[in-house]
Amino acid sequence: MLSVLKNRFEQGYRTCNYPKEKPAVFPRYRGRPHINKDADPSVVQACADACPQEAIDAADKTIDMGRCVFCGTCERISEKTFVSFSGDFEIATANRSDLITDGTLPDLARHAKQHFKKLFGRSLQLRQVSAGGCNACEADLNVLATPFFDLARFGINFVASPRHADAIVVTGPVSRNMKTALLQTYEAVPEPRVVIAVGSCTITGGPFYGSPEVAPGLESILPVDLFIPGCPPHPLTNLHGLLRFFK
Amino acid sequence: MTLFLPISNGGRIPRAEVPHLPFDSFREEALDIVKNGGKVVQFFAYEDQGELKFLTVLRTDRLLAAGCDAPDTWPSLTCECEPFHLFEREMAEQFGIRPEGHPWLKMVRYHENFRGAADPFGNDYTKDIPGNYDYYQVAGDDIHEVAVGPVHAGVIEPGHFRFNCIGERVLHLEIQLGYQHRGVETLLKNVTPKRLPLLTENIAGDTTIGHGLCMAQAVEALAGLSVDDGAKIIRTIALELERLANHIGDLGALCMDVAFLPPANYFGRIRGDFLNLSLLLSGNRFGKGLLRPGGVRFDLNDEVRKTLNDRIVELKPQVEHVLDLIFSASTVRARFEGCGRVSRDDAGHLGLVGPAGRASGLSYDVRRWFPTEWYGYLKVPENPKPSGDVYARALVRRDEVLQSLEMIQSLIDRPVTTRVVEGRMPTLPPDSLSVTLNEAWRGEVSHALLTDDTGHILRYKVKDPSFHNWNGLAMALRDTGISDFPLNNKSFNLSYCGFDL
Repeated sequence: MLSVLKNRFEQGYRTCNYPKEKPAVFPRYRGRPHINKDADPSVVQACADACPQEAIDAADKTIDMGRCVFCGTCERISEKTFVSFSGDFEIATANRSDLITDGTLPDLARHAKQHFKKLFGRSLQLRQVSAGGCNACEADLNVLATPFFDLARFGINFVASPRHADAIVVTGPVSRNMKTALLQTYEAVPEPRVVIAVGSCTITGGPFYGSPEVAPGLESILPVDLFIPGCPPHPLTNLHGLLRFFK
Repeated sequence: MTLFLPISNGGRIPRAEVPHLPFDSFREEALDIVKNGGKVVQFFAYEDQGELKFLTVLRTDRLLAAGCDAPDTWPSLTCECEPFHLFEREMAEQFGIRPEGHPWLKMVRYHENFRGAADPFGNDYTKDIPGNYDYYQVAGDDIHEVAVGPVHAGVIEPGHFRFNCIGERVLHLEIQLGYQHRGVETLLKNVTPKRLPLLTENIAGDTTIGHGLCMAQAVEALAGLSVDDGAKIIRTIALELERLANHIGDLGALCMDVAFLPPANYFGRIRGDFLNLSLLLSGNRFGKGLLRPGGVRFDLNDEVRKTLNDRIVELKPQVEHVLDLIFSASTVRARFEGCGRVSRDDAGHLGLVGPAGRASGLSYDVRRWFPTEWYGYLKVPENPKPSGDVYARALVRRDEVLQSLEMIQSLIDRPVTTRVVEGRMPTLPPDSLSVTLNEAWRGEVSHALLTDDTGHILRYKVKDPSFHNWNGLAMALRDTGISDFPLNNKSFNLSYCGFDL
């Protein structure tokens, strides 16, 4: 008992103050890309050619954050003259097209489905479905329940049954062998229901794009309301997405 | 004197030098090695100029390789020697060939075979998994069946678990995986080389470094790239950080499963602190983007090294205190001890690796036996435990947490310099083979890379430690209360996607 108390004392209070204050993230973190529209076209083309995810449109000078895994190859190749990744982790969007970005993003709170805020703003129950996920997206969703993030303080919880859920949170490139289970879970959620796509795999197939064993993106199967990009999205990216979209 | 060729971990071998034996002597020799205590590292089929061939890598105190022509049907090796069991099933599924007399010829991941051959399982793959397969059933009064998954209650990956129980007692657990199958090996063979690092990093996200290292080392061996000492040290630190984050997370989750909530919450948070140290180093909490053929993409400059050191100094006593809290609690001991026992004998027959194997007395650790990167210079203690239960699996993890902390501290004592690489994929030499092994946090990860006569990838074979260990979990559940399933599951914490590929 004494040792329980001693440890409790040592651990102290650990919950972050987000969204009031943004916690510091280590400088090598790669968040929202900054794009220099005046970059040398040959450099832009070199970045597009080297991108393993084919996420760069050299003509438009945009990056598709739904395909991007934030590996930073383009930043290196262009020596930051075309792309540099910022420490901004607030990168979720309500539309797939907004993920194709020149570095600017619309305010997530002003999405088209404002009625969700009234319905779910005070209580939001989530059912997570991993459909081919590599366990990184899953882990960084799970971590939201730990004391540092403490998701429950916002009235948001992960629940065991889809019957108790308002939304499904999908991770992974939707493997063929999980498609039916995913659809059945979706059907089991009472209406109105929300679909949240977490991670580049879910949005576009991620590193597995082109495989006949995965879907080319969750949108080809279900209507998606919220897109949270990353490989995996930082827990704060997930938290921002949920709070800004529903609160 | 064996007909098999001794090879080194991460060496380059011209394929012509790998003994190509008549099938009968291949079979006899492989059985002989494994029956005398050897283990299977790799055993797979591949197509070479229209011909189907087998290649195997076995381990005794060294690695031994040989191949042969693959017959359409062959007398199953599993009948005589259990460690071949899943490998033969995988071959049957991937190439539509049949090990005759295999005691449990069931599909592994549920997909069409790679060459359009007749399906040995009689499956119609437009139907849902598990297809044309009846689970094992137990009949009788008071017998009941519990089916769980693929979607589980928690935020975890999918898989199906079928329990045959009498009352609360589990007679048999059958685990059906494959829901996560993404076609990884086919992609690795066919995609443009620039996609290779990202694919291997994402085979299993919690083992990004383990799989990433196997890929990088295989490509380096084939292309003759040298890696400087600094990069080797950074890679070693990254692999140990991965081990720390996962072991600490699992020890916390084990406490959650026995309702000891304080350490569950402390370790939940501290696990995140270690993930953040991977982010400190590589910009990603799982180390994605750190490893590329030729070295690492991020250095360990003095500023990062100091922050890393400061954080470890701060976290180490917290970790030690929480470990004390867990392992001195009688309530924890009461639940962990004797629960889900896997005997040393069974562990050997199943070929368990990593902490699960060590908890059943098998001391094998790639870091000691076939060291890569900086492990040759480190003291990696042996961690075998005799009891094979949840307690033993937790103890192995505790010991490894403390050892990893010490290893990292010893490595960041002195300045580390490296020339960072961007890691453009080099061209590979023709007709070559490299096999790499690393001790990731779940155990032995191995990749085998074969090139054809033009230097293109002929076959890329991936083996996650979970491929060995899922049957260990099924064995642990025999005669165990079904309510202890979560506890046992967490003590192994195996990878679904690493298995499903």
